[in-house]
Amino acid sequence: MEGFLFQAFVYLCAAVIAVPIAKRLGLGSVLGYLIAGILIGPVIGLVGSETRELQHFAEFGVVMMLFLVGLELEPRMLWEMRARLLGLGGLQVGITTTLIGIAASLLGVQWSIALAIGLIFSLSSTAIVLQTLNEKGLTKTEGGRASFSVLLFQDIAVIPMLALIPLLALPELAGSGLVESAHDAAALGGEPNAQHGTSLVEGLPGWGYALVVLGAVAFVVLGGHFLCRPMFRYIAGSRLREIFTASALLLVIGIALLMTLVDLSPALGTFLAGVVLANSEFRHELESDIEPFKGLLLGLFFITVGAGIDFGVLFADFGKVLGLTLGVMALKGIVLFALARLFRLAPGDDWLFTLGLAQAGEFGFVLLSFSIQNSVVPPDLSKILALVVALSMMLTPAFFIIYEKLILPRRGGGDEKQADAIDEKGTVVIAGIGRYGQIVNRLLVASDVSTVVLDHEAAMIETLRKIGIKSYFGDATRPDLLHAAGIESAKLFVIAIDDRERAVQLVEHVRRHYPQVKILARAFDVNHLYLLKQAGVDFAVRETFDAALGLGAEALKALGHHPFRVEKMTQAFRLHDEEGLEQMYELWDENPDFSRNRALLARAREHGASLKEAMTSDRLQLHDRTERGWTPPPKGYNNELREEDPAGL
Amino acid sequence: MKSRNDLLNTEMPESPASRATFHRKILILFAHPSVERSEAGQPLAQAAARTEGITLVDLYAEYPTFIIDVDREQDRLLAHDVVVFLHPLYWYSTPAILKEWQDLVLEHDFAYGSKGTALHGKIFFSAITAGGTETAYCDKGYNHFSIRQLLHPLEQMAMLCGMVYLPPFALFGARTALEEGRIDAHVADWVQVLRALRDNRLDIEAARELPKLNFKLNSILREG
Ligand SMILES: Cc1cc2nc3c(=O)[nH]c(=O)nc-3n(C[C@H](O)[C@H](O)[C@H](O)COP(=O)(O)O)c2cc1C
Repeated sequence: MEGFLFQAFVYLCAAVIAVPIAKRLGLGSVLGYLIAGILIGPVIGLVGSETRELQHFAEFGVVMMLFLVGLELEPRMLWEMRARLLGLGGLQVGITTTLIGIAASLLGVQWSIALAIGLIFSLSSTAIVLQTLNEKGLTKTEGGRASFSVLLFQDIAVIPMLALIPLLALPELAGSGLVESAHDAAALGGEPNAQHGTSLVEGLPGWGYALVVLGAVAFVVLGGHFLCRPMFRYIAGSRLREIFTASALLLVIGIALLMTLVDLSPALGTFLAGVVLANSEFRHELESDIEPFKGLLLGLFFITVGAGIDFGVLFADFGKVLGLTLGVMALKGIVLFALARLFRLAPGDDWLFTLGLAQAGEFGFVLLSFSIQNSVVPPDLSKILALVVALSMMLTPAFFIIYEKLILPRRGGGDEKQADAIDEKGTVVIAGIGRYGQIVNRLLVASDVSTVVLDHEAAMIETLRKIGIKSYFGDATRPDLLHAAGIESAKLFVIAIDDRERAVQLVEHVRRHYPQVKILARAFDVNHLYLLKQAGVDFAVRETFDAALGLGAEALKALGHHPFRVEKMTQAFRLHDEEGLEQMYELWDENPDFSRNRALLARAREHGASLKEAMTSDRLQLHDRTERGWTPPPKGYNNELREEDPAGL
Repeated sequence: MKSRNDLLNTEMPESPASRATFHRKILILFAHPSVERSEAGQPLAQAAARTEGITLVDLYAEYPTFIIDVDREQDRLLAHDVVVFLHPLYWYSTPAILKEWQDLVLEHDFAYGSKGTALHGKIFFSAITAGGTETAYCDKGYNHFSIRQLLHPLEQMAMLCGMVYLPPFALFGARTALEEGRIDAHVADWVQVLRALRDNRLDIEAARELPKLNFKLNSILREG
């Protein structure tokens, strides 16, 4: 227990210190984690061999990340990117493997080893790249999308690679495989032929295996579509926050388990599940539940990469390692840039794509361990190769900085325009979709505004979805959910929830953290209106005022007043009332918690007494107002005009 | 909350300091009920909004429910030397809100009457876009009257208020002006006229007699 606490303390401490500093310095969080790892590992030596164990565990962060990526990607979008996925991804992996393989044999390595090396280095780091793209807001750019297509293809390609590697085994190495790495592949890539771990498909004939695989994928897709939603609905009904989180974790882990059982990539499985659930009402809730786990695990993963660097080997062979690293990255970069050109990525995007994917990645580690274990790559060479993978990953954040500082500023105006167009559409996040929020939402949607609707009433969401209103389950007062719903990039935030206090808290929260977002809120009454105002709302209306005024107007008409005069009266009444509200607000300085406060009560009594007076003066003031417009000139005004000579100018 | 028309996206140079240096302060009351479909009026409004020393008021944006703030409008009139109605010609007249504006803002004892001298000496004209061709606006054309004749109510309004009336700055055949590539030149003339008025480079006396303000611009503009 003590050991565990100490370790956790060390890792957390390193992260908490290094990451914010790295972020401040504009280096990005990934580099921060890596540096933290180097500090506690090779430099200070606080952690040692257990980092390898931890790394396998932390690699699960990648699985979670792909689930989250899937959630962002509706099936339609996945279908639209199929050409990129197969073409761009396939070519990248194929060409890079070949070129690096050739280069390795030129350096005098045996062909089977060279091929394994080619495979290892053809992969890039999904963890670093997606995390960094996300952090820098580059996910939605052309370059970001193309990078994602390639990464996804690579993640899928790991599976056949794992099947291929054992065939490359060298007889002279057989038997010396390192036991330590025996289950390396289990964490990420599935483990064909692995010594331990259970596999349901061992010993099945080819067609049987194909059937099982198809069955598993079908189970994920259909299960995600038909089983998950009722299950989440049921759990949401229990209103237990942590049980929802638990079930989200259960889903991800369950699918990962299923995939490993049938020798498929868990990352692929959870990605598919994510895509299937992307259209569901639980999307944002799932996102915000899984996000922290993913973040921590990935952070841990990066730390272990840093901590795992073998400085002994590094300094012994520094020139060699550095040369190889730069060589590999250059080769990968050339292939990437050529492909970017071939697929007509815009200037700027091609550089993002090239610089972003030039490193080797975590799957490279997996393949490497797997190769050692299958007697494909000799252990000495593997130490150097591992360093090359790690070093190339360490260099990636620097490449992103180069992209940001040198390439991005020179990009043409074309992209700016694009950004503007998105900006103009501007999403509106609506919290609360009861009777009030529904009307607001209907008006906005009818006017072609894209809205994201949140409500904590799962049953309500279900009915709304049935009539075609896109809405999501979740408590809008939770910061992480607002974040998942995209509050940062929203133009407006509409608060229509039926909980007074929480509405005020929401205003405070959004005002403080997203000052650029305009906040519009429903107020229950004057006091609530003032509280919202105090919290910094941009615009609030009393929910009953307009409706009551409308009914009052009908009453006047029913009493025989001329409809247009009634219209004038109501307008004047409204203006007068709004002015009164403004003036009263200046006097109003009470905190809502002091509603039992004597001073406040006294003031309320005073106010009540002045009410009658106000009513009579109301009539006079309103009279002035309504009589102001269309006042006919005085009876004798023609005589005046005749005497004058206004045209004499 | 005050509604704002994003289509116009006007950054009004309202700071008095920047306007103080100009000879005349110009107020443009822009009235177009469907500005998002406008091809002729909108570029004119935008060009005016970009011109220094000019206040552009989008009446439909400011008073979407026609509840015109009379005091505010009167203050605006007092603060300017030139008043322009910028609008499409609707049934040989202004869109409804400009009529409402006249009915409410030009009060007795403010704009006319023995004590109504607030507008005396200010310059008034309309800037219109008209669907009909120029040739249709004469006694032989299908519109039977010249544009000056048809706008007599506005001319008389100006006269009763003691203002100096100038003929309309007019674009005819406005529904095909975009296709025929006439908008840019018209907008350029418009900006030229506004600047000349602002900097006192427009020959008012000569302009008064013209059939339209953009008849022969060179004859009324002075070098600055
Ligand atoms: C209700 C209405 C009435 C109109 N009446 C006239 C008219 O009397 N004479 C005329 O020449 N054009 C008339 N038009 C055409 C408009 O003047 C023309 O559509 C407008 O000037 C085009 O400018 P825009 O592109 O800024 O909208 C009328 C248009 C509408 C919609």
